[in-house]
Amino acid sequence: MNKLPDNKHSPSQKENLQFFDSLFKSVAGLVGIVMLVVGVVLLVVFQPEISALQSTDPSEISSQLPESKTQSTDQIVDGKDVETGLIAGEGLEIVKGSCTVCHSSALILQNRFTREGWHSKILWMQETQGLWDLGENESKILDYLAENYAPGESNGRRTPLTGIEWYELKD
Amino acid sequence: MSKTDLNSPYQKPNSFQNRRTFLQKSTLAAMSIVLGADIVHAATMPRDYIPVMLPANFNPMKGKSEGMIIRNEKPWNVEPTPHLLNDAVTPFASIFIRNNGLIPEDIDVNSWTLTIGGESVSKEKTYTLNELKKKFKPYTYQLVLECGGNGRAGFYPPASGNQWEEGAVYCSEWTGIRLKDVLADVGIKSDAVYIGYYGKDKHLNGDPNKVVISRGAPMAKALEDETLLAFQLNGKDIPLTHGYPLRLVCGGWPASVSGKWLHKIVVRNKVHDGEKMMGDAYRVPKYPVAPGDKVPEEDMKIIESMPVKSLITYPKSGAMFDKSKKLTVQGHAWAGDLEVREMQVTTDFGATWQKCNLKKPANRLAWQQWSIDLSFPQAGYYEVWAKATDAQGISQPMVIPGWNPKGYLNNACHRIAVKVS
Repeated sequence: MNKLPDNKHSPSQKENLQFFDSLFKSVAGLVGIVMLVVGVVLLVVFQPEISALQSTDPSEISSQLPESKTQSTDQIVDGKDVETGLIAGEGLEIVKGSCTVCHSSALILQNRFTREGWHSKILWMQETQGLWDLGENESKILDYLAENYAPGESNGRRTPLTGIEWYELKD
Repeated sequence: MSKTDLNSPYQKPNSFQNRRTFLQKSTLAAMSIVLGADIVHAATMPRDYIPVMLPANFNPMKGKSEGMIIRNEKPWNVEPTPHLLNDAVTPFASIFIRNNGLIPEDIDVNSWTLTIGGESVSKEKTYTLNELKKKFKPYTYQLVLECGGNGRAGFYPPASGNQWEEGAVYCSEWTGIRLKDVLADVGIKSDAVYIGYYGKDKHLNGDPNKVVISRGAPMAKALEDETLLAFQLNGKDIPLTHGYPLRLVCGGWPASVSGKWLHKIVVRNKVHDGEKMMGDAYRVPKYPVAPGDKVPEEDMKIIESMPVKSLITYPKSGAMFDKSKKLTVQGHAWAGDLEVREMQVTTDFGATWQKCNLKKPANRLAWQQWSIDLSFPQAGYYEVWAKATDAQGISQPMVIPGWNPKGYLNNACHRIAVKVS
């Protein structure tokens, strides 16, 4: 909508404006129809995911996920899933289908826990946040998280500063 | 900075958002045609106007400083790096964003009301926003709001949640009415113990009946002069991200006490038991525990006043300069409900400390500005560490303070690296 014509023009430009206005109308009309068609096609393509996101019934979400997963393309670059930034590995699909429905993958990416620690997060989400029973997927999810997002070694109570971007201090 | 790998904001094309944007645009086209009103009306639609039936494509990063770190975008959690916080009064652009749920985008300010209820009010009462503004005297204060989990990234074993480093704190100027004036108008019973708030944020799982967060404070804090029902931040309407059109503001306590999108306050005859008041949320062990210990729920206590802390906001870490130069270092210091008494820095890892100039706060619960000119004995790598001491003589630790299950209250000294040539 940033390309909309500005409404404040001088009177001498009025005729020109009317011409461009009707030209714009016709073009915009055509564009509108094309976009409608494309929009409908895309709606059909992404329908399962959209309805899953709007649904408030957890069981409905979980039952619809496998379908949407078969249609989404999961591109892996440098060992990471492009869509979520999650490490490629066994269980990635299930993690994407179960976790990032409600929250961003950033919640996984910035945390590090043992298998037990991740399990307690799942329990907390089930007890307080409306996460559904993960069934047999639970152990696969935990395997994935414990394998890929485990705590590193401790480096003491203050680690050396890292990632310093050196610059010349002016004045 | 100590956990660059862990915390680097992952850069990814957000394909979902792109899809949503596209769908929104195509819906606009489809809508125009279906409605019979040709698309040409788009040509005369005011710039940036979005038809009522479409959800606003709200972007909380709009107007925020370059260099803000996105910790999470569902829900939105964003922090500035320390040098972005150099102003005495933090501008909107550098205020951290903290959400437990989704930011409500359908605020109708004209029909906005605040209800005061709960067991310990004489009679529940509802005010419109205009009534509140007309009936009660406005006050303006600079108030420090710091996330209880600011500094969480420093704990080991890692504590769960957004891995905040130093930036989840700010001191902006809030204008509003005193909560105590409104509570006096409503009438509260003698058995009142605690207040709790309710806001309009939406739960991540889409359940409209699920409360995202409903925290509060004991009556003594609620009745302080500086506890506001605020409608302005830095002289303007509160930005949507930070609680428009009404926010409870309790300076000096975990920022989660300052409920956004406020529409109800309950006066309770017991400690408020709303969402995020129980379990390990915003609670720490009553006694020191070993790192990684499991702590029974009954041994956890609610965080109240935040601990003494300071930031170096100038220069930005990484400054290189000549030995002949005196380096001016400056920042802020704050101490929850208390004032900061003394500010010191060290350039030799704590072997010797130098006293800084320290200003008085603009008002109670505002942060205080400090500064010092430093000269360096020889060329080389230095770290400047800053340490504040509160009115009761309690100082910031240089190492990470006691571990707690959720990684709250890390008030360890902030430090920057400099190179002298």
